[in-house]
Parts: sequence; structure tokens; C-alpha cells
Amino acid sequence: MIEIENLSKWYGDFQVLTDCSTKVAKGEVVVVCGPSGSGKSTLIKCVNGLEPAQKGSILVDGTEVTARGADLTKLRARIGMVFQHFELYPHMTVRENLCLAQQKVLDRSRDEAVAKAETLLNRVGLTQHIDKHPGALSGGQQQRVAISRALAMDPIAMLFDEPTSALDPEMINEVLDVMVELASDGMTMMVVTHEMGFARKVADRVVFMDAGAIVEDRPTEQFFSAPESDRAKDFLSKILNH
Amino acid sequence: MSDFDFAVIANNLPFLMEGLQLSLWLTFLAMMGGIVLGTLLALMRLSGILPLSLFAATYVNLIRSVPLILVIFWFYFLVPLALGRPIGNFYSALIAFTLFEAAYFSEIIRAGIQSVRKGQAQAGQASGLNYWQIQRYIVLPQAFRNMIPILVTQGIILFQDTSLVFVVSLRDFMTVSSIVARTEGRLVEMYIFAAIVYFVICFAGSLFVRRLQKAKTA
Ligand SMILES: Nc1ncnc2c1ncn2[C@@H]1O[C@H](COP(=O)(O)OP(=O)(O)O)[C@@H](O)[C@H]1O
Ligand SMILES: [Mg+2]
Repeated sequence: MIEIENLSKWYGDFQVLTDCSTKVAKGEVVVVCGPSGSGKSTLIKCVNGLEPAQKGSILVDGTEVTARGADLTKLRARIGMVFQHFELYPHMTVRENLCLAQQKVLDRSRDEAVAKAETLLNRVGLTQHIDKHPGALSGGQQQRVAISRALAMDPIAMLFDEPTSALDPEMINEVLDVMVELASDGMTMMVVTHEMGFARKVADRVVFMDAGAIVEDRPTEQFFSAPESDRAKDFLSKILNH
Repeated sequence: MSDFDFAVIANNLPFLMEGLQLSLWLTFLAMMGGIVLGTLLALMRLSGILPLSLFAATYVNLIRSVPLILVIFWFYFLVPLALGRPIGNFYSALIAFTLFEAAYFSEIIRAGIQSVRKGQAQAGQASGLNYWQIQRYIVLPQAFRNMIPILVTQGIILFQDTSLVFVVSLRDFMTVSSIVARTEGRLVEMYIFAAIVYFVICFAGSLFVRRLQKAKTA
């Protein structure tokens, strides 16, 4: 579904990504972790072309994202993305947040879009908030709305960039629960997160990044039981021991 | 003091109101036109397309380095030449004000657009919306919300600047006040009256701005 091959990217002279390669097969859940600044967000934003890369290639469902003249808007419409800071549109109600791209990008009728929005909000238990603005919701609720907004487009894969790291601790689980359910429904997911409990529970593989490179890319069990690199060991001991 | 005669105002009220109407109407139309054009210029400037952003930057810098009164003159003389027929003082002044204000509005709007978190446009992009849809539905509504106080402030300045149209013999509020002052020989009364009217309108405007700012921070 997602194939990243020898991807390199520079910001001016600074190389953010060095020769990154990995794959996410259909229905697979891959967790990406690593220290802050290691290039996780950059990598995941390359997948739907929000960030351009200078070398290497990314294939998503057969479409070459990195190709010149690639129809990125069409591709993006089919890949959901969830951001660390939710990025709900603050000037619109929850309903409008969920309907905008459905109507403008997928050309769905108003009724169709609203029906879809209601179904999805119902699934995350937020139907009663449909007329509110995002500012009136808690962080956990906002992130669940953001996930629903992405799902409203019937995506073939979902990208998550630290979906719980801006949340108060007591709200993390309500968001993770939604993600776990999504994974068990068979959604293809690439998730940047430091929630190792989540990774253990649902990830098929863990990708560990450091300084712009993919240092480890292994099945979840192996990654946790016997990390190969010192950097991954070090990272795990820090993150699991507090 | 005893020979102050404020009846002169009542006697000439319809004439004075006509002037005020012209000032307000010109302010309103130039503001609308300036905001539309200024938004276009700001989007061009931020488009990342070199010829567009270069054009917008040059336009803005050029206009901002000449006095308004000169622009009013230009269009008074140039527009009839360009069109081959006169279009009237009001319209030539309106065009001048619109084009002049657009340069100032575009800088305000550019700052407003940049004040919207970058993640907002990214969220729109990620859902497959194109550039114009993102601006139209996501960025500009938020940008304008942040900008309303500054836009109103600029509108107040614009309102004061409309008094310059006397140079193309338009009768704005300031001009009719001076005409009444001279013909009736009531300079003191009329200039006090004009000052009060400008003060009240502009002060009301800035109170409005302050309320908006309070509402925003609350
Ligand atoms: N727009 C940018 N310009 C220059 N450097 C950037 C930009 N965005 C990110 N970086 C740098 O790239 C590195 C990787 O960033 P990021 O992908 O956000 O890391 P992570 O998500 O793993 O914390 C960081 O060192 C960051 O400072
Ligand atoms: Mg990040």
C-alpha cells in the first residue's frame, strides 16, 4: 500500500531524511518512533506529499507521490491524516468540519455528507456535539472529531502524527481506543507515536528513527524484546522507565 | 463668544449631509474594493509563483511610496485619457482610493493570512482540497477574523483621507463645510462643527475596534 524507497530530504544544507526505506502493507499497522527531531513528522508528511522529497520514491497504492506532476490532491483525498494539534477548523462547527472536504473534494451531496458525519460521530460517541465549535470541546474530543473528519473521506490508509502527545494524560486513552478499533477493522495505518502500549497491542511492525535515518524496522515483538541498536535500547529504556 | 451662530449649521444641514454622505459612501466603496483587490494582491504575494509575487510586491511598494493626493491626480487625468472619455470626478477618485488602499489592505491581509497556523492549511491539503479552496474556506475566514480590528482602523484613516478629494473638486464633508464657512462668514462655527463630526465618527469607530479586540482576547 505504502512503499518508501531510499527517501532523502534536505532543508537547505540540513539533511532531515537519509535514505529511508520501509513498507506498509494493506491492513498493516506500523508505528514510527524515535527521539524528537529525528524526522518522524517529516517522513509521514512525505507520504501524502505535504512535504516534497529530493531523492528516492514513495508509492501509495500504485501512485508515485514523488513524481513530477503527480495528482496529489486526488491521492490525498484517499489518505486520511491526523495531526498532533488536531487542526480542526475553529471557525466551523463539528458538522462543517466533517462535511467540507466530503462536499468539495468528493462532490458528495449535503445530505450524504451529513449522514456520513453523523454515523462517524456516533461511533466515537460525539453525536451530541455536532453543532459545537471545536473550541468548546476537550482535547480528547477534538482529536476524536479529527479522526472522524479523516474517516469521512473513506480513506484507504490513515497517517497519524503524534495524535496523543498534545493531550492531557487522562484523555489519551479515549483517542487510543478509537485507533485500536480502527486497526481491528483492518485499516492500513502509519502511526508516529510514543505510546508503546499502543504499539505493543496493535502494531505489526515498529520503525525506529534517529537523526533522519531508519535505524530499526522490525516486527513489534522483536523490537521490544531484543532491540538491535544501542540507540533503540537507549530510547526504549528512557521511554518505558517513566 | 456671544456672536456664535450655530443656526448656520441647521440652515445648511441638507448641503452638509450631502457632503457627509459622499465621504461615507466613498469610504465604504473604496474599502470594499480595496479589500477585494488587497486580498488578491496578498494571495499573489504569498503564492510562491515568482512573477505573481514580484508583481504584487512591486505594486505595493510603488503605491506606498507616493502620496495619496498624487494618485488622486493621476487618475483624474489618466483615466479619461486611457478610456477616451471622462468618467466623472467621483469615479476617478473612487478608482484612485481603491487602488491606493489595496496596497495597504494587502499588507494587512498578508499578515492576517500568515497569522493562521500553518497546520490549518496542511489539514486542508491533507484532505484533498486545492489551493483556492483552502484559502476560501479555511485560511481567509480565520485571517479576516483576526484582522477586523486593523481593517476598521485602516477604514478610519481612509475616511479622514477622503477629505483630499477637494483637489478634483468633489464635495465631500470637509469641502462643503468650508464652502458654508466662507459663504456664510461663519468660519469658527463651521470648523468646530466639522471637527466634532470627524471626531465622533472616528471615535465611534475606534471604540468599536476596542470592543472587537476585547471580544477576541476574552
Ligand atoms: N521547515 C523546516 N525547515 C527547516 N528545518 C526543519 C523544518 N521542519 C523540520 N525541520 C527540522 O527537521 C528535523 C526533523 O523534524 P521533524 O520531522 O519534525 O522531527 P520529529 O517529528 O521526529 O520530531 C528537526 O531537526 C527539525 O528542526
Ligand atoms: Mg513530530
